[in-house]
Amino acid sequence: MINLTINNIPVTVEEGTTILAAARKLNIRIPTLCYHEDLCIAGNCRVCVVEQVGMRTLQASCAVPVRENMQILTNSMKVRQARKNIIELLLSEHNADCTKCYKNGNCELQDLANEYRTGNQMYLDLVPEKHFTIDQSSPSIMKDDSKCIRCQRCVRTCAELQGVNALAVANKGHEMKISSFYDKPMHEVVCTNCGQCINRCPTGALVERNYLDEVWNAIYDPSKHVAVQTAPAVRVALGEELGFDPGERVTGKMVAALRRLGFNSVLDTDFTADLTIMEEGTELLTRLKKALVDNDEKVAIPMTTSCSPGWIKFIEHTFPEYLPNVSTCKSPQQMFGALVKTYYAQRKNINPKDIVSVSIMPCTAKKYEAQRPEMRDSGYQDVDYVLTTRELAIMIKQAGIEFMKLEDEEYDRFMGDSTGAAVIFGATGGVMEAALRTAWEIVTGKEVPFENLNITPVRGMEGIKEASVTIAGTKPEWSFLEGVELKCAIAHGLANARELMQAVKDGKAVYHFIEVMACPGGCLGGGGQPIPTNPEIRQKRAEAIYAEDEGMPIRKSHENPEVAQIYQEFLGEPLGHKSHELLHTHYKARKRY
Amino acid sequence: MESNKLSRVDYIFRPESNRIDLIKKIMSKDKDDFILELIDSGLKGRGGAGFLTGLKWKLAKEAQGDKKYVICNADEGEPGTFKDREILDRVAGKVLTGMALCGYIVGANEGFIYLRAEYRFLAPKLQQMMDAMNQELKTAGLDFTLALRFGSGAYVCGEETALIESMEGKRGEPRNKPPFPVTDGYLGKPTVVNNVETFVNTVIIAEIGYQEYKKLGTDSSRGMKLFSISGDCAKEGIFELELGMSLADFVEEFGDGDTKAVQVGGASGFCVPRKKFKETIIGFEGIPTGGSMKIFNSSRSMYNVLHNYLDFFQEESCGQCTPCRVGCQQLLKGIMAVKRRERPATYLDELVKLAETMRYASKCGLGQSVGNAFVSIVENFREEIVY
Ligand SMILES: Cc1cc2nc3c(=O)[nH]c(=O)nc-3n(C[C@H](O)[C@H](O)[C@H](O)COP(=O)(O)O)c2cc1C
Ligand code: SF4
Ligand code: SF4
Ligand code: SF4
Ligand code: SF4
Ligand code: FES
Repeated sequence: MINLTINNIPVTVEEGTTILAAARKLNIRIPTLCYHEDLCIAGNCRVCVVEQVGMRTLQASCAVPVRENMQILTNSMKVRQARKNIIELLLSEHNADCTKCYKNGNCELQDLANEYRTGNQMYLDLVPEKHFTIDQSSPSIMKDDSKCIRCQRCVRTCAELQGVNALAVANKGHEMKISSFYDKPMHEVVCTNCGQCINRCPTGALVERNYLDEVWNAIYDPSKHVAVQTAPAVRVALGEELGFDPGERVTGKMVAALRRLGFNSVLDTDFTADLTIMEEGTELLTRLKKALVDNDEKVAIPMTTSCSPGWIKFIEHTFPEYLPNVSTCKSPQQMFGALVKTYYAQRKNINPKDIVSVSIMPCTAKKYEAQRPEMRDSGYQDVDYVLTTRELAIMIKQAGIEFMKLEDEEYDRFMGDSTGAAVIFGATGGVMEAALRTAWEIVTGKEVPFENLNITPVRGMEGIKEASVTIAGTKPEWSFLEGVELKCAIAHGLANARELMQAVKDGKAVYHFIEVMACPGGCLGGGGQPIPTNPEIRQKRAEAIYAEDEGMPIRKSHENPEVAQIYQEFLGEPLGHKSHELLHTHYKARKRY
Repeated sequence: MESNKLSRVDYIFRPESNRIDLIKKIMSKDKDDFILELIDSGLKGRGGAGFLTGLKWKLAKEAQGDKKYVICNADEGEPGTFKDREILDRVAGKVLTGMALCGYIVGANEGFIYLRAEYRFLAPKLQQMMDAMNQELKTAGLDFTLALRFGSGAYVCGEETALIESMEGKRGEPRNKPPFPVTDGYLGKPTVVNNVETFVNTVIIAEIGYQEYKKLGTDSSRGMKLFSISGDCAKEGIFELELGMSLADFVEEFGDGDTKAVQVGGASGFCVPRKKFKETIIGFEGIPTGGSMKIFNSSRSMYNVLHNYLDFFQEESCGQCTPCRVGCQQLLKGIMAVKRRERPATYLDELVKLAETMRYASKCGLGQSVGNAFVSIVENFREEIVY
């Protein structure tokens, strides 16, 4: 243990603790910008500098570990002077038009500028002579260099968490900037649209492409029927934007708010999550049968999940040779979109051309996915607009809805039914767990052999998880699976996905089924979720998801009554002709840079 | 402070003694004894920062690591400095010997010369000498091999941690310190980074003995130093002088009779005006220098001098940290604005404060030293900046 004083208060902390962490222990806040709990230390913004008595230079508290008998001052004259200068320097290079900025009100730079009352600009305005550009090429992400403070959080996110390296530092000195490969537009590079960089950008330099006006206009158009679907992870995070603590479930209030916003039908992506399990589970069993019984060498095992569009774009760029291994199932969002403009339209007797399908997603990659040319199987663009959790919160605020005071309401009765299995899609390991709950029962006729259906080995925040179950007690038609050890792996965060796929490629790991979610923690940590994000917040959201699951009357996808109904009335059977037409898709190999 | 008389000496370019005999002599000694002698000799790094070389080697020797590395910093990017080039051209053997000694002492088996990109023309000869040396060392029973690496052409890559990043194939951005290279250097292993001239000095100490070496220089600045002398001078070029002379003596010897200021230590050093020549000692007790001495006579515009330095820094900053990236731009644009009457002369006082912030808060030595030239020129030649 190390003893030191901070602002003359003694504190004892473990060796290796940074000055910043030691100060937090004493409830002394030191401002930071480049520091982020999810990322390695950069130490480049320098706003966290503190004085170490006896040292000439100030120390970056996020980067410097404590030493015995250190005397730290976090608010001395020297520190204040330096910190104020640094904030003013950042602002002098920054297009600070806060009132017009998308991040106004949720911006770490703005908060700091506010705290330090940097009223009249001290330094020369450097912005006019810089030729900043705004990149709006991506359907998911906007990159505005005039708002960038070069903290490199995005670069570290993209490299360390996602293993994508779509963003890097270019040039030096006064021309240093964050750039894509050869400064190409974002939609032409390997970017997966995951939005993790957005979640960690402290300013308005990286934000989602928002579709607020488009959605409002659809709502205002009386000739349109605006149907909205909400993804599982939205309900455990939306509250954070609207006054609740992380981990609060606000499903009922969200449904009420959506009605008040004027959506004509309020539906649940959970419904198609359950449907995904039916399709994907059947697909897995079919592939296994082909491999084990028919000895078909062409069948691609392991099969990987396909619900995360960030993962899809990643594998298209990075491991295109494994595209046959990806489940052909569309993501729940896209299944929903295809059904809204067919099945739902028929049932409700609405002309599909008058339906505007909107989805509320924890995800920015879903914005890109909705615009893929493959996603028009209904004859129209299946999903018209994708809003993030954050955008929904903005709409709720704009409409003057007092969210905290809303009474809970229920989803519409049709395509609004869901199960606990669908809810856990929002957490890493959730699709695996939901699939196992159903597949096991198809094969054995019995419930999965885990207490209270909780398949705990696939849960948790470890980057790569492995689980295996030996199948026993099969029904006669599945007897070929008797005694087979089903091997599964789960990765979340694309850096982990890369590691896992490389192990598969190198023959170091053998699996039957792999779940990949592009974002840390799964969709609950998605790039469209409330900012900030950190391990603690993601943990709380995960707990909320599992609590929601436990509280559901039905917790297995195949028991969703509306799912049974749609097969009976419309789809026929899993992997049937109609399913293929509407619920399945194909992928395309893309360049590696 | 006592200053030495200016005295020219000749150790560095003196022909080398038999290098294998020398290495064998050191190998027959206790390693810790040699380290103590090196510390006692008072040798401080010749690359600018002036860290005690013996202590650096001691720390690296004590550091835990399955591998250790020795790196010779031959990036020599400071404008007006060309003494490392001269050493590598004329007595590269001594550098290689110094690196081998270091490898032996700290327990490293590999050494690299990180050669400035512009010095590529030296490479064929160096490579040849290294190959020969690798053979000789093998025969002498020392497991140490030398290799050549090229710089990326950026000034900041002379900073030791940026140099290491660049050697690892990454962008040349300085790292956070601590940890220091002696414990976490190249590939995360304990690494000694020393300047070209520093390695030569260790060989001289091994040759003549630390007691003899200690007779040169002053208490705080032991030994001799190569100076790259340029500007408005009677004699231009590389000169080997004993450390610790006064700037007055220096100017008398090298100036053109009309010297108004000397920039000691290049762009990152200090500008000393005539009135302070007498009291200024060249050495660690006064103004240390990596070797660059630039002499200005009365025809020079100090505004232009400062403008050039700041322009250099705003280009050569790696750009990662705020005080340095934006500060350099503000200092440059700031003096221009004052010159053009867009800001009052008092704005210079704000800029001096900013330069102080850059000194305290920048991540590496580059940003920390921009204030040296800025403050010393603005304080001593304020009228020239304003009018
Ligand atoms: C911006 C910058 C550039 C530097 N360039 C060089 C250089 O070209 N050569 C050099 O030996 N040291 C240079 N240094 C100093 C090195 O970081 C390091 O202190 C030195 O190589 C250590 O060797 P020494 O102890 O033998 O001086 C530079 C430092 C900074 C901050
Ligand atoms: S990024 Fe932040 S500080 Fe900059 S304009 Fe937007 S809200 Fe204001
Ligand atoms: S884009 Fe955002 S995260 Fe990236 S360097 Fe700029 S401010 Fe930081
Ligand atoms: S969206 Fe994801 S992949 Fe694209 S730059 Fe950001 S972190 Fe990288
Ligand atoms: S001080 Fe300058 S050169 Fe050094 S790390 Fe900061 S920006 Fe880079
Ligand atoms: S938060 Fe410590 S340097 Fe940026």
